[in-house]
Amino acid sequence: MPKLTLRVNRQTHTIDCSASTLLVEALREQLRLTGTHVGCDTSQCGACTVHVDGASVKSCTMLAVEAEGAEITTIEGLADGDKLHPMQAAFQEHHGLQCGFCTPGMVMSAVDLCKRVKAPSEPEVRTWLEGNLCRCTGYHNIVKAVMAGADGMNGGKP
Amino acid sequence: MDSGTASASRRVTSEAVGTSLPRVDGIAKVTGRARYLDDLDAVGAWHGVTVRSTIPHGILDGLDRDPAFDWTDIVVVTAADIPGQNVITLIELDQPALVPVGGTIRHVDEAIALVAAPTRARAFAAARAITARVTPLVPVLSIEDALTGPIQLHGADNVFKRFAIRKGHATDGEIEAALAASAHVIDSVYRTSPQEQMYIEPQAMMAEWREGACHVTGSMQCPYYVHKAMKPLLDLHAEDVIISQTVTGGGFGGKEEYPSMIAAHAALLAKVAQRPVKIVYDRDEDIAATTKRHPALIRHRLGLDALGNPTVIDVDVVMDGGAYATLSAVVLSRGVLHAAGPYKCPVVRIVGRVVATNHPPHGAFRGFGAPQTTFAYERQIEKAARLMGADPLAYRRRHALRAGDTTATSQVLGYSVATDEVLDAIEQCAGTPPVRDGVNASGAPVKRGRGVCFYFHGAGFTGSGEQRLAGRATVALAAGGRFEVRASSTDIGQGAITIFTQLAADGLGVDASRIDVIDPNTARVPDSGPTVASRTCMVVGGLVEAGAKLIAARIRAWAESVGRAGSIEDLADDAFGALGPIAETTQYTPPPGIAWDDATYTGAAYPVFGWAACLVDVAVDLDTYEVAIERCVQAVDVGKAINPAIVKGQIEGGTLQALGWAVLENVVYKNGKVANATMTNCIVPTFADAPELETIIVEVPYPFGPHGAKGVGEIPMDGPAAAVANAVALALGVEFDELPISPEVVAQRLGGQS
Ligand code: FES
Ligand code: FES
Repeated sequence: MPKLTLRVNRQTHTIDCSASTLLVEALREQLRLTGTHVGCDTSQCGACTVHVDGASVKSCTMLAVEAEGAEITTIEGLADGDKLHPMQAAFQEHHGLQCGFCTPGMVMSAVDLCKRVKAPSEPEVRTWLEGNLCRCTGYHNIVKAVMAGADGMNGGKP
Repeated sequence: MDSGTASASRRVTSEAVGTSLPRVDGIAKVTGRARYLDDLDAVGAWHGVTVRSTIPHGILDGLDRDPAFDWTDIVVVTAADIPGQNVITLIELDQPALVPVGGTIRHVDEAIALVAAPTRARAFAAARAITARVTPLVPVLSIEDALTGPIQLHGADNVFKRFAIRKGHATDGEIEAALAASAHVIDSVYRTSPQEQMYIEPQAMMAEWREGACHVTGSMQCPYYVHKAMKPLLDLHAEDVIISQTVTGGGFGGKEEYPSMIAAHAALLAKVAQRPVKIVYDRDEDIAATTKRHPALIRHRLGLDALGNPTVIDVDVVMDGGAYATLSAVVLSRGVLHAAGPYKCPVVRIVGRVVATNHPPHGAFRGFGAPQTTFAYERQIEKAARLMGADPLAYRRRHALRAGDTTATSQVLGYSVATDEVLDAIEQCAGTPPVRDGVNASGAPVKRGRGVCFYFHGAGFTGSGEQRLAGRATVALAAGGRFEVRASSTDIGQGAITIFTQLAADGLGVDASRIDVIDPNTARVPDSGPTVASRTCMVVGGLVEAGAKLIAARIRAWAESVGRAGSIEDLADDAFGALGPIAETTQYTPPPGIAWDDATYTGAAYPVFGWAACLVDVAVDLDTYEVAIERCVQAVDVGKAINPAIVKGQIEGGTLQALGWAVLENVVYKNGKVANATMTNCIVPTFADAPELETIIVEVPYPFGPHGAKGVGEIPMDGPAAAVANAVALALGVEFDELPISPEVVAQRLGGQS
């Protein structure tokens, strides 16, 4: 099988990979980064969201080869060692999760939003996250968590 | 009610209970460290795929393997490979694990063979290389066909199960007479659609055989259901079947009974392949093949006297059970037990039937039959209020049950009736109703309306169910000053681990960080009963609290005997040294004065009910006919919120599922096959569809629940659909008696009117 070099969570990996291997498959099956989840076959749920060069991408919609040379971050690469990323901390603190299956994708999407918009409004959060499905929470606490996470990323200032 | 409130308020609320402790499993989930089934590594595991039928009804004449396909690394399993009985044990023994050659196919996407291969891609390719030879039979594809058509699928009349509830009359003639004597009769037919649970983690299971024992692990609600199903299928003794739950990405009932089927398939493949086998469903397969909410057809006749008082309620409920009995009888039971609603009425007849069709089996889904009948009765009450020119909330308040009143099953409500509390809560925050004519944010003309509903939901198993089940849970002292909670109740996202942690911590008088709720595994935890019926906190939580108190008492007795003083936290480690891993297992006992008669369907249907009221403001877009939910307030009585944030989360999640069911969710069958089996067209609410949810927790304690708690998991699902329909009816001046109220339906109804 052809080899591919991927930069994931600040480390370089060389993996076996065919031209049709999806990024999500490379991450989950080759690198065993299983925090990136698969919830659908139609690019609908957003559970597989990761960052490619800082921008959130549904990793089931991208071929692994397309990500060569890019800096990929998964949910496992977000925390600073044992110190949670402010968005992760906000989800935990504000009960922004229940079963947790959608959570890694939600957190990755939300981080991208809050890098683009320092203090997003509630409608901005809802619009941005429209591609991420959650069946447990009714979204209410996720919105609260993202707004608190935005504060946290901004050094605690709204 | 008085004594109940008093006894509950005497309890000391300690530190953990009543606080919104962050989820115990939260850190693992926000960091991606939580391992769901598909995340597990198993050395040498193969992937299993199910070969499914493509016709709704017929005979399986044979299975042909494509000779051109390379079968070298493929394992194929058919019904002939089943060591025990070919049946998924549940209530009836009618559903096979695999349709045998010569047997009858009863629904599209029924399992007819299994394959396993080293990779998923190979397994899928192999599955495609197997073709079924079939002789099609005429299928039954609707409730009407099942009741009146010529095809017999089950018995002589296609009825899996029927129930009748009678109050205040002996014969059917008396019902007709009471209706004839009523000043008004509201007679309507309601239809509700099937609904997909759409947990975001698809169904997933892995099996492995070690030394003659079968180990199954996966995404599930009820490890002991799977355990019970595996024994006869695999012809094994209880101790040779070990079932454990992995972190589970949502269930909502969808992982109540169906996981037994996938466990059976994985176990059979693993046995033949002699290695671990993992089965992870694709989303489309999950939507197409697994259980959904039962569609229902309900005729409801409500008689009123000249003052508007209900004089007679007559309900005929028919549900489509699908191809096998599964849990339909129990779903129907809950449906009929809620069908008269929380209203006073002297004469009630409720007849329920669930029928066999050639649809994939319908099954458990949050609310379990009650959302269907709640939709019907809350539309009826709305129509009655309007007919009498009464304010909808005031009309409900006037006729609602209070402590001392009797339900349709002649149960006298003794305590914890929160009618006034939930109605007050809704009334206080209602504010001004929206103006009917307006425009929405994008400038389109809309009609607005407000709808309300009032409803109740029985907590725990029906009738003598809890008593028969006799659920158990264990609390044990462990090394290092720690304590273990052992229960088969699963955390499927609803927060069971966190709630048990809080209850155990308070029962013991220790900090929550000292508690370990161990992973459900049938080799290590007692059978606490299934994780269903809003019973986990109220019933099993009560057992955990009781066990914790017993352990604390034993530690204190030991301390006294050796002249030690101090807190349980201080004593625990030394107590472990002296006493060892002492454990206390407690078993459910029903509250006093609870009697239920299964033969006549009378008595205490539930030990206690939760109560709720809902208010919804809608805007119907007159260009697109979309119904937007602009506001939704739910006031829900939970007895006591052990963890308010988790309780609110349960209400919010259930509410959005109900709003989705009201306006956009639907499963469409074409010739018995799910025609919209992808997430793209089997839609559930997104952020954009969801209003900001206003949730009010009401606490009217249940004297026999832990700290006064009663069930919360299901109740929020029951009411909102009726509130939405009531609001849309007001906005448009047209009745909506079918779900979902989709743009197509709105267009049709408005078109039909003009
Ligand atoms: S797995 Fe659902 S969007 Fe990628
Ligand atoms: S927390 Fe379960 S899907 Fe979002």
